[in-house]
Amino acid sequence: MITATVETRENYLTHEYGVKSWLLTQDHKRIALLYLVAISFFFFLGGIFATVIRLELLTPPGDLVSAQTYNKLFTLHGVIMVFLFLIPSIPATLGNFLVPMMIGCKDLAFPKLNLLSWYIFIVGGVFVLYAMLVGGVDTGWTFYVPFSTSYANTYVIMTALGIFIAGFSSILTGLNFIVTIHRMRAPGLTWFRLPLFIWSMYATSIIQVLGTPVIAVTLLLVALERGFHLGIFDPALGGDPVLFQHLFWFYSHPAVYIMVLPGMGVISEIVSVYSRKKVFGYKFVAFSSVAIAILSFLVWGHHMFVSSQSVYASMVFSFLSFLVAVPSAIKVFNWTATLYKGSISYDTPMLYAFGFIGLFTIGGLTGTFLATLGFDVHVTDTYFVVAHFHYIMVGGTMMAYLGALHYWWPKMTGRMYPELWARLSALVIFLGFNLTFFPQFIMGYMGMPRRYHAYPEEFQVYHVLSTAGASVLAVGYLIPAVYLIWSLRYGKLAPDNPWNATGLEWQTTSPPPPENFDITPVVNHEAYDYSILEEMKVG
Amino acid sequence: MANHTLALRHQFDNIEQQKDASTFGMWVFLVTEILFFGGMFCCYTVYRSMYPSAFGHASNHLGLILGAVSTAVLICSSFTMACAVNSAATGAKDALVAFLWVTILFAAAFLVIEMSEWRMLYKEGLMPGFNFTYRDIDPAHVQLFFCMYFAMTGLHASHVTIGIGLLMVMAFRASRGTFTPQYYTPIEISGLYWHFVDLVWIFLFPLYYLIARHLQ
Amino acid sequence: MTEHIVTKKQYALIFAILMLLTFATTVIGMIDLGRLNVVVALVIATIKALLVVLFFMHIYWSSKLNKLVVVSGVVWLALLLWLTLTDIFSRGWLPFPGK
Repeated sequence: MITATVETRENYLTHEYGVKSWLLTQDHKRIALLYLVAISFFFFLGGIFATVIRLELLTPPGDLVSAQTYNKLFTLHGVIMVFLFLIPSIPATLGNFLVPMMIGCKDLAFPKLNLLSWYIFIVGGVFVLYAMLVGGVDTGWTFYVPFSTSYANTYVIMTALGIFIAGFSSILTGLNFIVTIHRMRAPGLTWFRLPLFIWSMYATSIIQVLGTPVIAVTLLLVALERGFHLGIFDPALGGDPVLFQHLFWFYSHPAVYIMVLPGMGVISEIVSVYSRKKVFGYKFVAFSSVAIAILSFLVWGHHMFVSSQSVYASMVFSFLSFLVAVPSAIKVFNWTATLYKGSISYDTPMLYAFGFIGLFTIGGLTGTFLATLGFDVHVTDTYFVVAHFHYIMVGGTMMAYLGALHYWWPKMTGRMYPELWARLSALVIFLGFNLTFFPQFIMGYMGMPRRYHAYPEEFQVYHVLSTAGASVLAVGYLIPAVYLIWSLRYGKLAPDNPWNATGLEWQTTSPPPPENFDITPVVNHEAYDYSILEEMKVG
Repeated sequence: MANHTLALRHQFDNIEQQKDASTFGMWVFLVTEILFFGGMFCCYTVYRSMYPSAFGHASNHLGLILGAVSTAVLICSSFTMACAVNSAATGAKDALVAFLWVTILFAAAFLVIEMSEWRMLYKEGLMPGFNFTYRDIDPAHVQLFFCMYFAMTGLHASHVTIGIGLLMVMAFRASRGTFTPQYYTPIEISGLYWHFVDLVWIFLFPLYYLIARHLQ
Repeated sequence: MTEHIVTKKQYALIFAILMLLTFATTVIGMIDLGRLNVVVALVIATIKALLVVLFFMHIYWSSKLNKLVVVSGVVWLALLLWLTLTDIFSRGWLPFPGK
């Protein structure tokens, strides 16, 4: 049944050695690991900023850092976490690794472009790091004008250029995935036999391709205005700061779906395997992914309800925002229905999936509260909003990312992680997360503004709870960092299919050979068809 | 035939799949370019709807003949690029190289005309950030027009420049006999890029140069 | 795949039409048609664009997928413009400042 296969053949990790073989690789699996290292670095860097923020907020007066430094802290926390961690996280690591394998081909459509994407990402990251080291930027990750164009005296251009460059990495990855999924599926692998992870990667790539260019040109305009005084958003010339917001949020709202859709794809995979059941309502989930991608472009004005956007436009955006919640809800219902009467096991990936489903639901529901015009006016720019998006980004995406990392760790590295420590850290993360962010809903509702480093006494108790939670969360994140690295050397050798999952990636060795498959697989069954697992056993 | 199999990359099953994927990939990239320029077209549309008379007034300061000629030059370059693709498909190597170089020449001519337009505007004190001295009707909104003008034509010119570089690389590869009727995909997708650059200007010209000529 | 090779003669015809339309839009631009000026200019530009996309860029003979890609790009740009303009154009409809 589940036997550890001794590595007698070379795999993608061992068939070539040396720095050049990694830095000049065109193998999507190696590029995935290059991304993994890079984004892990950025995650911990963003986490350091979060730590200082939470330390400052322990006490009501602004006594740890100055106001401008605090502005730089939350700006860099946002910029790094959004653009250099969350956007690439699942697509660039797990997507890169799994897309060709799940569709049964040897590599992505454009391997050299894939490597270029990574280098572009690194260059963008270096620009942002440089800006951070020489003085930082204090405009908020949202770069609102005219502050960012006319009044900020920090390194706006450098940071904006870094994001601009990193955006191209995102675009090229999305392009690569779209072409690969359309044109390179194995024989017999029709669209409705694809794993739902592929559907969500496809939907994510559509958003990346259609949305990122707009923020790229918007940040370029900000840089041009600062650098060459082309006052396109300058109110003195008749420029409209709200126009900037329209352009910025045209991307940045769909961007949050770039961040969460891959996580949803992961959850579909994990919930199926650990319930031993096919995903309920496959087609609904698949179409919901695409529906989310399309609808996500129609709602951006809900970030601008108090910006002096016209009331009628706000009403339209509010209505459409309720609409976009529907496909997400459909997915949650379908996952729940998948669990029903399933044979559930509580392995670590499944614990993260449970966390995701619960926390994403809370985050998503509070999103509908925020879409309600009247309520939004009350809580806009308060910690309610901060809690909302952290529930989705951290409670949702981050949990899905960790679940995915654990689930596919045996496939990627050929090693098992230590199950006890893994379950423990999942629990610690879940508890730490809720302690950090639930109080933020309450204090936000009570009026605690976001981006403030000093606040009235009445909010201190919530901030103390939140900071306590953050320290628990930090421990929760550090433990996997340690044992995952430990497992590379000392972990149990992984079998080809430790979870007895369906899916083409499990029909090859752990770790896979360089070309993924010895012979091109032919697919003649539906996704998540557990009955065929017995047929597939080749001795 | 040797050329044929050498050009096939390992991740593809056959040369048709590779060509399909490459062309499809280039179209997806061009869609990103539509949205990229589109952001600026959005700014233009908003501001023109807010300040129509100022925009019209400002537009008449642009050189109409220069603009029309540069449009014609780009269309010529599109034509010669299409002929280059045709030459590649029919295996006419010398014609391919010639058409590529003529396209490059037209592109360079476009840039020269563009730069002389810019120089003229600079000398007239209509270049925001460097020399903007206009004080007539509605100077703020006229300055906004020229901010948009230089941003958009500048972005377009940078794409033309990249295109020239790309076509030069294609011309060198073509002169070395890399392309055959079975494999000329790089020429085809370079052509797609080049036509896109032409497309942007097809809209830039009327939107910037032809707002209020009838009032002159 | 059916390799449709477009002849230079066909390209030349499209080229001639494009040049004609460029001349036309320049000349018509100098005639006062009131609000129709911008409409005519954009219609001519769109026709030129269609000619380039369909025939120079071969979309006429391309797969349905490539056609869909082009249409999506245009639709998305239209979305950006249209929804943004709904804000711009509906400002000031209510008698409250800033709305």
